[in-house]
Amino acid sequence: MTNDKPKIIAGLVIFVLIATSPVWLNRGKTKEAPTPVMAAEATAKGYCVMPKAEMKAKHMKVLDGWRNSVVRNGQRVYVNESGKQFTMSLSNTCLECHTNKAEFCDKCHVYASVNPYCWDCHVDPKEK
Amino acid sequence: MLEKAIKGTKNYWLLLIVLSGIAGIGFLVYLNQFSFGLGITGLRRDVTWGFYIAQFTFLVGVAAGGVMLVLPYYLHDYKAFGRITILGEFLAVGAIVMCLLFIVADMGQPIRAMNVILNPTPYSMLFWDFVVLNTYLVLNIVIGWKLLEAERNYVKPPAWVKVLIYISIPCAFGIHTVTAFLYSGLPGRHFWLTAVLAPRFLASAFAAGPSFLILLCLIVRKFTNFDPGTKAMRTLMKIITYALIANIFFFACELFTAFYSGIPSHISHIQYLFMGHDGHGVLVPWMWTSMTLMVTAIGLLIVPSIRNNEKMMPVLCLMVFFGTWIDKGMGMMAGGFVPNPLHQYNEYVPTVKEIIITLGVYATGFMVLTILYKIAVSIKEEVKA
Amino acid sequence: MEKNRRTFLKAAGASAVGLSIAPAMKAHAFGEYFMPSDQTGQQENALIGKHWGMVIDLTKMTEEISAKLTEVCHAAHNVPKLDNIKHEIKWIWGEHFDHAFTDHMNLYISDAMKHAPVPVLCNQCENPPCVRACPTKATFKREDGIVLMDFHRCIGCRFCMAACPYGSRSFNLQDPRNGLENRKPTNPQFPTRMKGVVEKCNFCAERLAVGKIPLCAEVSEGAITFGDLSDPESEIRKVLSASFTIRRNPGLGTGPSVYYIVGGGGDHA
Repeated sequence: MTNDKPKIIAGLVIFVLIATSPVWLNRGKTKEAPTPVMAAEATAKGYCVMPKAEMKAKHMKVLDGWRNSVVRNGQRVYVNESGKQFTMSLSNTCLECHTNKAEFCDKCHVYASVNPYCWDCHVDPKEK
Repeated sequence: MLEKAIKGTKNYWLLLIVLSGIAGIGFLVYLNQFSFGLGITGLRRDVTWGFYIAQFTFLVGVAAGGVMLVLPYYLHDYKAFGRITILGEFLAVGAIVMCLLFIVADMGQPIRAMNVILNPTPYSMLFWDFVVLNTYLVLNIVIGWKLLEAERNYVKPPAWVKVLIYISIPCAFGIHTVTAFLYSGLPGRHFWLTAVLAPRFLASAFAAGPSFLILLCLIVRKFTNFDPGTKAMRTLMKIITYALIANIFFFACELFTAFYSGIPSHISHIQYLFMGHDGHGVLVPWMWTSMTLMVTAIGLLIVPSIRNNEKMMPVLCLMVFFGTWIDKGMGMMAGGFVPNPLHQYNEYVPTVKEIIITLGVYATGFMVLTILYKIAVSIKEEVKA
Repeated sequence: MEKNRRTFLKAAGASAVGLSIAPAMKAHAFGEYFMPSDQTGQQENALIGKHWGMVIDLTKMTEEISAKLTEVCHAAHNVPKLDNIKHEIKWIWGEHFDHAFTDHMNLYISDAMKHAPVPVLCNQCENPPCVRACPTKATFKREDGIVLMDFHRCIGCRFCMAACPYGSRSFNLQDPRNGLENRKPTNPQFPTRMKGVVEKCNFCAERLAVGKIPLCAEVSEGAITFGDLSDPESEIRKVLSASFTIRRNPGLGTGPSVYYIVGGGGDHA
């Protein structure tokens, strides 16, 4: 039996270094989390499809539910808790008020390294 | 046993380095496909499956061909195959790895591959192909490993391995039948819409798989101290002879049905492949090469003295391998798509990038194969010594 | 010792696999998330049918109308115009009679039919082979008979294209925005597609939802009738009972929902 101890330990050290590299490579480079900016149109409207806190936490789930209900069930209208009706459409409803996609959506998504593929197909109708 | 894979001769490492080099180049080109889309291939609106799916179809056959060692040994107690069934099982592993890689290479949205599992669709043949291929892969890895381990430790393999082997036999037929069902159940694709497609696939598989195995056996014999056995190889040659004759026979049945019935939609694809149509005929020389190779091979194979001659074996095997490769690969794909259901002739030719990616996948599969064979052969040598 | 290390490695490997799969399983819970059904509905004026179908009157079809159908449909649905003909995407287009109706071979067909452009599109089959082939249910048949694509789910395997006996489907061999002017959609109200997914005519599902008939029928100058085939009182049924109509390759058992009125020669031409 050969003595493999040094090799094993060296291997472990390299592994730990690589595995923790994101931590020490980014040390001291912390950025504050950005806050999304509300567009004037959105503020003027005064309400969203759901309460703000809920949208903050669940907007991705809401959009996922919307797209499935629209595409697969042919249900295109959403009725919220206060009985208001909305067309379930990212481009034509959400962005109607949130006219500032870059400041409202992209800012946080970029910060959090979240790359939803919505925009591969869906468009910002305001963007010229 | 894995340690056998990291202790080898200079040639072994050289082979692995060359193969990983080719695989690496293939991967780089694949990155281009990944970012631009499948438009870098020769595929078009009317011919939506091409070189990748052709290789996939052919290699499913090679994987299934391994059963021609397993079946005679375990069901008929044909002893000469006993020492090399492992080569058949590991060949199946390598071939299926390539099949799966070709499927991924062919997908428009490869990152969504898991949708097949997340939304299982039992009426889709592609779903079942996915299931049987992965089952067959796992079975062969487990069986091969356990058999080799038992051989190394001079013990009998556990009883449950034998059960798995019995399951793997119908599974081998299953992978190729389901692969044929991908094609043969589509209305409007008359070249494929034939009940004899699955049997024909199996016939060409049992010719192509064993001929590749013999080539591998000859390589193993030349470069290692393990001899797969002349008797085993001669029996395989006999199997190839029957399978190849069956393949040509099934094709002749197709010709009869198409031309005697005189139904244009059945005739037009065969005519396009072998005669061309109105100046469209990129595959004509390929198809005649394929037929010449297969028919000549049959003529030589039926003569025992030629078939059993070890100098002739590699030549014959190469003829069978390339003959069936053209026939079942490109011929089967382009033949099905041209003319299209609107009877228009839009041809397909693979691009250089497409061919490089294909070579990359082959190199990856051969790497897996090399490593598995290295382990198997090292243990055989160890046991013998 | 040997045995212990092995057992440990096996356990470690298994837990590593488990740990890496668990979050993925959570994120991709089986079955999709839908809005609760009591929170969703349809617009009041939405057109609701049991089996939408179309009759295309070839005696009224001209080159101009046929070209217009393609143009307005493709503009409304952001169908790209790509330079590479191999990458062509099309939802509705004019085809020669011989190619549209491959099982109606006839050398002595009336001149009118020989030259009439036949608009072809997805047949919205009753028994769609594409839906059978799709391994992810990305293409599916709605209750109103429309065969739709869920572009979010399509993996781009193109099995549906091999299955379709009408050549109605197109595959995005590259980013379709490459074929749109300035990479901008012609109709910003409608999404584009992405590379690697299959697309086809959707019978204007987005228009039916807001009470409008499909765009091609609207601009066809009376050559296309759209309606509910299951309703005996509907206009489309009246048109069907008044004329002789044919469908594309009905012998394949697909049950196409698009019918064609072919001319009888002299009078109609």
